[in-house]
Amino acid sequence: MSDYALELRGVTKKFGKTEIIRGVDLQVRPGERVAVIGPNGAGKSTLFNLISGRFGPTSGEILLAGQRIDHRKPFEINRMGLSRSFQITNIFPKLSVFENLRCAVLWSLGYRYTFLKFLSGLKDANERAEQLMEMIRLDKKRDTLAMNLTYAEQRALEIGITIAGGAQVILLDEPTAGMSKSETQRFIHLIREVTEGRTLLTVEHDMGVVFGLADRIAVVVYGEVIAFDTPEAVRANPKVQEAYLGSVIAESQAGGH
Amino acid sequence: MEFFIISMLNGLSYGLLLFMLSSGLTLIFSMMGVLNFAHASFYMIGAYFGYTLNQFLGFWPALVLAPVLVGLLGALFERLSLRKVHVYGHVPELLVTFGLSYVVLELVQLVWGRTAVEFVPPEMLRGPAFTLVTHSQQGMDWVLGAAPAAMCQTADAAVRIVCSPFPATRAFMMVIALLMLVSLWLLLTRTRIGLVIQASLTHPDMAQALGHNVPRVLMLVFGAGTGLAGLAGVIGGSTFVTEPSMAATVGSVIFVVVVVGGMGSLSGAFLASVLIGVIQTFAVAIDYSFLTLARDMGWTLSAAAQENTLAKLTVSQVAPILPYLFLVLILIVRPKGLLGTREG
Amino acid sequence: MSQAVYRFKPINVGRWVIWSLFALLMLVAPLLFTSNLSVTMLAQMGIAIIACLSYNILLGQGGMLSFGHAVYTGLGAYVAMHALNAATAGTLAIPVSLLPLVGGVAGMGFAVLLGYVTTRKSGTPFAMITLGVAELVFAMSLMFSEFFGGEAGISGNRVVGQPFFGITYGPQIQVYYLIAVYTFVSVAAMYALTQTPLGRILNAVRDNPERVEFIGYNTQRVRYLAFIIAGFFAGISGGLATINFEIVTAEVVGAARSGGYLLFTFLGGATFFFGPIIGGILMVIAFVLLSELTKAWLLYLGLIFLFMVMYAPGGIASLIMMNLRVAKYGKLRQIWTSYLGLGLTALVMLAGAGAMIEMVYHLQLNSALGDQVRFMGMTLNARGLDSWFGAAFVMLTGLGLFELARRQYVHEWGEIQEEIEKEIKRREMTV
Repeated sequence: MSDYALELRGVTKKFGKTEIIRGVDLQVRPGERVAVIGPNGAGKSTLFNLISGRFGPTSGEILLAGQRIDHRKPFEINRMGLSRSFQITNIFPKLSVFENLRCAVLWSLGYRYTFLKFLSGLKDANERAEQLMEMIRLDKKRDTLAMNLTYAEQRALEIGITIAGGAQVILLDEPTAGMSKSETQRFIHLIREVTEGRTLLTVEHDMGVVFGLADRIAVVVYGEVIAFDTPEAVRANPKVQEAYLGSVIAESQAGGH
Repeated sequence: MEFFIISMLNGLSYGLLLFMLSSGLTLIFSMMGVLNFAHASFYMIGAYFGYTLNQFLGFWPALVLAPVLVGLLGALFERLSLRKVHVYGHVPELLVTFGLSYVVLELVQLVWGRTAVEFVPPEMLRGPAFTLVTHSQQGMDWVLGAAPAAMCQTADAAVRIVCSPFPATRAFMMVIALLMLVSLWLLLTRTRIGLVIQASLTHPDMAQALGHNVPRVLMLVFGAGTGLAGLAGVIGGSTFVTEPSMAATVGSVIFVVVVVGGMGSLSGAFLASVLIGVIQTFAVAIDYSFLTLARDMGWTLSAAAQENTLAKLTVSQVAPILPYLFLVLILIVRPKGLLGTREG
Repeated sequence: MSQAVYRFKPINVGRWVIWSLFALLMLVAPLLFTSNLSVTMLAQMGIAIIACLSYNILLGQGGMLSFGHAVYTGLGAYVAMHALNAATAGTLAIPVSLLPLVGGVAGMGFAVLLGYVTTRKSGTPFAMITLGVAELVFAMSLMFSEFFGGEAGISGNRVVGQPFFGITYGPQIQVYYLIAVYTFVSVAAMYALTQTPLGRILNAVRDNPERVEFIGYNTQRVRYLAFIIAGFFAGISGGLATINFEIVTAEVVGAARSGGYLLFTFLGGATFFFGPIIGGILMVIAFVLLSELTKAWLLYLGLIFLFMVMYAPGGIASLIMMNLRVAKYGKLRQIWTSYLGLGLTALVMLAGAGAMIEMVYHLQLNSALGDQVRFMGMTLNARGLDSWFGAAFVMLTGLGLFELARRQYVHEWGEIQEEIEKEIKRREMTV
């Protein structure tokens, strides 16, 4: 039994001859909120893809609550308790908000590939979907088709789908991308609420969000984690300042958060 | 032995024809994401255009003009129809080309009739390119062009002479296909636009992001791809037969080639084309069945086994389904295709 | 245009009413259309409806474009035929009424076998694999003449065994009612599928296959299961065809048949459940009536299909629904004149084009019979310049007028959509 909710050991990833991830070790404790930051092209999304099973690492191991998940299929990893959201909104456009959420809860409630039950009769699924809708404040848009929602609403739905299955480890890939300042504030609030008690990893560019939300920050530069510590420690870390933060920190300090 | 050589050459020429077609298909698919269901229809149009132009202008002008016309038609179709559907996604694009194949078939039958037309190759290409003369005592020799009748006959009962001609049309097909292959290779590796095409073969999104996916380039690519199909049509139509069903016959085989070779892989398409071409050509000529094999090996089979349809099937009877068996096999064993790099 | 459609909910008439009307319609149809031809067509429509609906499980609900659906209807038909002959010979005690189920099980079985390989890929590669498998099966039909019957196919006699309450299945009307029962049950079952978890997840797979993996479902598994279910209903359709036609030939697994399913399901509308029902009905009308009317029917069909894909990808069903929505907001009055204009100018254009096409066909196929062509009650001279000029003139005039009418229509339609959007927002606010 491992103490860590998520662990990466010596993970590397090569695409052809190019090494994108050059040896990452990471230990995330249960219930922790980790922000993953770094310059563009550093490999943050690749890390997420590796963890969530889109492709496997060239070498190294990834463990979820002590069990190996590297080289497994995405749906297997999801069933083991890890869920992720996407940078580009990835919802089911032609289904309504309610249907989106209901689909997301089906597996976790034990409904497999059954075609012998009617959806309208699945009380627990319907109730859970209603709960989720209220949590992400989309209950007024119950029957609106997902593709007709506003951008921020779609992002909220995206979060809803991600947490619907009750996964213990949540990966959020730039959840606030493209949002205004006020929308971002509300969204962070929402994220904090819905991921209460769960382990959270989020890729973020907005430093205000990062410093406000994270327990620890992992700084990824050129495929390596050059720092993994509390926000204050990271801010003060000379390597980080040199490589990445520098002016950005000054900016966020001046702007306040 | 001569059977082997001639069959090999026949198979290679057929495979190269398949490659001419599947390369255009692959290029269009890789650059535009569209699977041109009507690709074989453009092949057919090329053959018919070639036939008509041949009657008015002669073969060589037709050989040049027909592909150009077909390419123009292709570009026109892209501009008028395909572009409109692009926004809806890949499935509607496939459907539009599917609909086009119906329309083309009907129009061709409308203009040229429902029976085969006589697309005769020019004087120069009639007859054999060379003839293999196998003398049972003197060994094998080859003669340019047709072997004179005297060489193929003998009054001597102890001697057997077999003359195996290799059709000039087939040889011409190989020449054109190889020329096309070489120029394609040069284009892709030596020119700027070739590099762009190569990039989009394996990383279409990236090529798009770099701003290369301008509508005109698409139209050009589609026109070029269909033009290639038209060229193949002129050659295929004059070598084989020019009839309304020629699109259907070759159409499904090139789709198999593209999947077996690996979607988006030109070298895979080449490999698969040649493989399928050679194997099918050989298979058609082999009259062996499991039963004949058993007889030759001296096995005795029960009466029921001897009546079994499967056992009685000769290889030549099975030949038509070989490409599709290949397809199923590849999908089970190596779903990416022989040389595929992209997950389709 | 299509974005707006999906917001509209179908008219909320009680479900029971719709289904009862459907059943009633099928019950009463042969009493309204009593000619032999009509009853034959009605029977074929039932068969086509089941086939197209089963195809739409793949296309419309699962986003899987298959070019080889006829394999499963065809093989189901073949197995049912062999079962029928076995029943006639006395080696298999099975009532004719249950033969379609035999077809269904056969279709399902082949789907289990072939579907495993087929559903390994999705999207365009999937389409090509279905094409390859279809060609494989069709080519095999010429090799295994015991099962496929070679060129002549396999025939049978549906009147076998003791009559059951006077039902022998000899007369077409009895066969029709058998088909009607199976059609009703199949349609209901396939509709029920759309209301189950598997049905909904299948829709999710259509919309976003990658995301489905991240809610715990194996996308490939979902597709495989859908394929098998579609194969089952396809086989039922095949079994009914066996009973109806009493002969099965290799063309039932052919590419033309598969293409027909695709064409008409799409034409009817893949995005709504009832679209393929329209498609199936149209398929029978086209094959039986249209083909008699003109030799150019396949050309017209291809062109209609092309235009549908370009301008109305949701099919006829979506056109109906869009206009129902317009009607619900009371705007139909505004636009019906536009429709009239469109319709009339289109007719003029088609008349001209049709005349020319018919003349060409006449020259091609019937020139031995002289140069006269009858078209729309007039006699045209296929070799006369005046006929050609006249036809071309009519067509070009029609084309020009049509373009004008089309612009007017698009303008008005756009206005109406805006008004409806405003109305919807207004209603949302007051809630």
